[in-house]
Amino acid sequence: MDNIAFGLIVAITLGSALMVVISQQLLYSAIALLFTLFGVAGLYIFMWADFMAGVQIVIYIGGILVLLIFGIMLTNKISSVNISHTSLQRRVGAVITLGVLGFLIPMITKTSWLQISSEEPAQTADSIGRLLMMEYLLPFEVASLLLLGALIGAAMLSRNTN
Amino acid sequence: MDNLQTYLYISAILFSLGLYGVITRRNGIAVLMGVELILNSANINFVAFARFGGMNFSGQVFALFVIIMAAAEAAVALAIIINVFNNLDTVNIDDARELKL
Repeated sequence: MDNIAFGLIVAITLGSALMVVISQQLLYSAIALLFTLFGVAGLYIFMWADFMAGVQIVIYIGGILVLLIFGIMLTNKISSVNISHTSLQRRVGAVITLGVLGFLIPMITKTSWLQISSEEPAQTADSIGRLLMMEYLLPFEVASLLLLGALIGAAMLSRNTN
Repeated sequence: MDNLQTYLYISAILFSLGLYGVITRRNGIAVLMGVELILNSANINFVAFARFGGMNFSGQVFALFVIIMAAAEAAVALAIIINVFNNLDTVNIDDARELKL
């Protein structure tokens, strides 16, 4: 049962990721990205990272994907030709991609990975919160500064200057 | 599904698909989607090493930082793309060559 669910999630993730990069309609790409992100959240749950799965859904699907769809619709004119949706250099891209994949897959297979068996944690959000507030306090504050800077910068960039 | 390699394979395939999107797409927003796929594959790696490699929750915290960075990056990149569209009337990144008009 678990195996079937896992296979289904992997199939959804990778299949819709393929749709994201080959679909000729940009909006279809965005919808396919929705399923990819949900699939990745499912993979997180299989790796006992339920808090990460929640964050993935809230930030990626609720934030970034909505932003992307806004972007698609704001940069689309009904009158314009759909030339910008097409892909370029498919053959070169496929060669480079398969080259990278052909390097990664044997590398993963050959390396003897250190695997430590651990038992399922009782709670995840608790431990992540402790780590964020103690060991990773400085990166946490820097990240909040980065978000503030990005917020102000994006607002400055996209405001109408006329 | 209970070993590290499975997740690394999934992540490698996802990375390659994102790379393909970044290379072949002409629309700036579509390139951004490819970047999102690459960031997601990196996150799968982080969480997989947290689960199987003894990184414990540090791996998940790093994945959290990657998500924060992705949010900031998406906001700024979309602002730039919309600005390019307003100025050049296109989102084709091949046409966006000038920093200033």
